[in-house]
Amino acid sequence: MTDLAPPPTRLQLFLAFTETGLLGFGGAAALARSIIVERRRWMTERDYAEILAVGQVLPGPNVGNTSVMIGRRFHGLTGALAASAGFYAVPLVLLTGLLLLYDAFGDEPAAAPFLHGIAAAAAGMVIGTALKMGQKLKPPPEAVAIGLLAAAAAAWLRLPLPLIVLILAPLAIGAAFRRQKQAAR
Amino acid sequence: MSLVLSLFLTFAMLSLLAVGGANAIVPEMHRQLVEIHGWLDSRTFGQVYALAQAAPGPNILVSAALGWVIAGFAGMAAAMVGIVGPAWLLAWYVAGLVERLAGRPWLKAVRAGLVPVAVGLILASGLIMAEAAAAEWAGLGLTLAAAVFVWRTEASPLWALAGGGLAGLALL
Repeated sequence: MTDLAPPPTRLQLFLAFTETGLLGFGGAAALARSIIVERRRWMTERDYAEILAVGQVLPGPNVGNTSVMIGRRFHGLTGALAASAGFYAVPLVLLTGLLLLYDAFGDEPAAAPFLHGIAAAAAGMVIGTALKMGQKLKPPPEAVAIGLLAAAAAAWLRLPLPLIVLILAPLAIGAAFRRQKQAAR
Repeated sequence: MSLVLSLFLTFAMLSLLAVGGANAIVPEMHRQLVEIHGWLDSRTFGQVYALAQAAPGPNILVSAALGWVIAGFAGMAAAMVGIVGPAWLLAWYVAGLVERLAGRPWLKAVRAGLVPVAVGLILASGLIMAEAAAAEWAGLGLTLAAAVFVWRTEASPLWALAGGGLAGLALL
């Protein structure tokens, strides 16, 4: 069993999700995992993965959904509000500022290579996070196969997410159920 | 019906369609705002979308930016509450349901079963991001270096992002 840190306060939740929302660059789920599981140790790898999985199936940003569920787990309604406010509020203020600047100045070309470099690294961050989670969760072989099928269906075949979930979830849940029975025996 | 109210309703409907996040509903957003309602033209939509993508923060904020362009601050507020609200409430109730049913073996199987799908989908989103960002050798090298860094070390991934930005200035 990994030893967890004491549960976060509402302010800590707010700040953790502010960091996630502000610095995620398209990879918020990856950054949230690094903060919540590795740095702060509020949840185990498996707990975070299970909450993220539910957050992915529901409509809305994955990490926005996990902010509601993680906030609720620790502090109920106020926790959920604090975590979500962290995720959306500061980026929204910055975006407002940017929109006002956009009106005034238009686009700044010098920022392009910098942002491009961040985008390339963010793609790597997300890929690296998937590899790390896959490794740490120690999945049985059929789970690895299901994960790879999900990745291929989304990245290669470009199937819409609801369809992927509809096809793979029954398989995946059936496989998990069989494992549970085997373990209980 | 006032513009602000119908903005709110449009985004509230989009909110419940956004399985997979903002990028899943961009085509439908375009159809609703540009083609059906004619609130802005396609070119402005593209510019605002690019701006919101470049800005730090979750991609769903593109809704707020579009609301702002269509109807100023009131439009921004309506779009933001519309796009976040319904999905937020759904996540809240589902979280409660999951907590209440926590002991049931079938729910354990559902949660455990969805985990590999979740990890696979993270991998896919990384690959899709890489397709756009790592189109040339330097970008691909950055992506691979960042992937190995995040996978093999316990350091904060923010170092990879900062390094990527600086390397981008030098190489791209």
